[in-house]
Amino acid sequence: MNSLLTNSEGAGTYLKSKRIRLFLFFVGLFAAAALSMAATNYHIEDSFTAIPKVIVWMARNLVPDGKSLTRLPKILDKLFETVLMSVAASVSAAALSFPVALAGSATSCKQRWLMYSARGVASFFRNIPIVAWAMIFLLTFGQSPFTGYVALFFASFGFLARAFIEAIDETAAAPVEALRAAGGSYGHIIFQGVLPSVLPQMVSWVLYMIETNIRSAALVGLLTGSGIGFTFSIYYKSLQYQSASLVVITIVAVVLVIEAVSNKLRRLIL
Amino acid sequence: MTALIRNRRTGKIRVRKTQSSNLYMRGVLLVLAAITVYTLVTIDTKGADIAAASAKTAEYFWLMLTQPKAVPSHFGIQDGGGIGTFFSALHMLGITLALAFLTTLFGGIVALFLGVFAAGNLTNKKVSNGIKSFLAVVRAVPTVLWVLIFAIGAGLGSVAAVIGMSFHTISHLVKAYSESFEEIDEGVIEALRASGANWFQIVFQAVIPSSVSYILSWTFIRFEINFAVAVAMGAAAGAGGIGFQLFMAAGYFFDIREIGFITYLILAVSLIMEYLATRLKEKYHIHNGA
Repeated sequence: MNSLLTNSEGAGTYLKSKRIRLFLFFVGLFAAAALSMAATNYHIEDSFTAIPKVIVWMARNLVPDGKSLTRLPKILDKLFETVLMSVAASVSAAALSFPVALAGSATSCKQRWLMYSARGVASFFRNIPIVAWAMIFLLTFGQSPFTGYVALFFASFGFLARAFIEAIDETAAAPVEALRAAGGSYGHIIFQGVLPSVLPQMVSWVLYMIETNIRSAALVGLLTGSGIGFTFSIYYKSLQYQSASLVVITIVAVVLVIEAVSNKLRRLIL
Repeated sequence: MTALIRNRRTGKIRVRKTQSSNLYMRGVLLVLAAITVYTLVTIDTKGADIAAASAKTAEYFWLMLTQPKAVPSHFGIQDGGGIGTFFSALHMLGITLALAFLTTLFGGIVALFLGVFAAGNLTNKKVSNGIKSFLAVVRAVPTVLWVLIFAIGAGLGSVAAVIGMSFHTISHLVKAYSESFEEIDEGVIEALRASGANWFQIVFQAVIPSSVSYILSWTFIRFEINFAVAVAMGAAAGAGGIGFQLFMAAGYFFDIREIGFITYLILAVSLIMEYLATRLKEKYHIHNGA
């Protein structure tokens, strides 16, 4: 995007070519948008009518009533299960990601083939859609909270491995170099050099993963019939929108609390 | 990491960052590990035989990776045609990409507008904090629930999907855009103000033009994320495209090899986008830190 202004060009032609490029950019954007709308049967006027309609509808129907409040204990129970599942998936995925990240970082791994294969594994697992994980485990493990946990575990593993690789690359180079120069063994380098310098960042990523997983758990739950996502889908499909709205409100509350706690912890750790 | 070197009374040299942050970290790790162990011990498997199911998963996974194959009739192709099936699958992939594109475009436009008001150096603190906390609430609702909520009003389909997916896009991009606006040298804005430029001139002639490359990179990074989101919404919220096909292959046809075929297609697109996004991040030193 950075246009170089050579001396032979005058400011006038520079501005002109910049304007032409801007024009072409918008034409391209517009064409792509038109094509996308045609492909997906998207009618832009529908979106303008839908938004006010949904807001009015939300104000009328997405308000918990007395009946839904009697279900609150049940909803909270499922939500608690979902939070535990998200934490467990994030932490256990982090435990598996760390050795992979050690192999995948240029700082801690000197064998190029090992480094590239570890990076490949991380990238591969990161990009397999969470839907594919959820559906495969639904077929093999059946409909249970454990299925939700395993799906979240694999989705988290790829993401964390990549994040850890980047963290090690960025922060561990200096201590590793120093230890290597001083004749430290591989164990010294990993446990005295890499681990202490990236641990705060890794914990921060795990906290982030927990937040993400609670939201993903809603999706995985819808697909695999577990946790809070399943609870929502039962109320939603049976048109009990008041109870469904209570589910949404409790999710929002829990996510905001967890976000606030992890931000606080992050400030204390980093 | 700046190490504080302090002499203790014993004469030992302490080479550590402040001790309290270390203590907190150990505490956090301990609590998280305890929750994990507790969860894994008490989790309800509904009587599934873990060992047998794991073996089955490995077998399925291997089948998926080594023998991907699509069934033409699942893709609406009647007679024979391997090429026809492939193009039909590409068309579905295109629909998913189109959903992601529209979401990113609409979300980006709204986010650009909100981002200006969320940047602390362009508006007052009240407006900026107001927008930021509103978006935190918006972000707390999972995307799939946004899509389903909008599906009640607009019907299941692309409109509900795009609007529903836009919420997290807006929230993410407002944060990214406003942070890049905030990085602009205060002196530049002051100089423009001193020479009589009004607020609109400052925003549209100085602030936005100078962060154009950041805006475009972040928007592309979000596009990459939105592709994955669009796949998921196709499966879970009736948004159509390749995600819906994946859901059908697994949930109705129980066809592992077809799951493999679809997964490979999705993987190909997301790996290309991941590569491009990584290049952009390196070029502009963007860290998507937690």
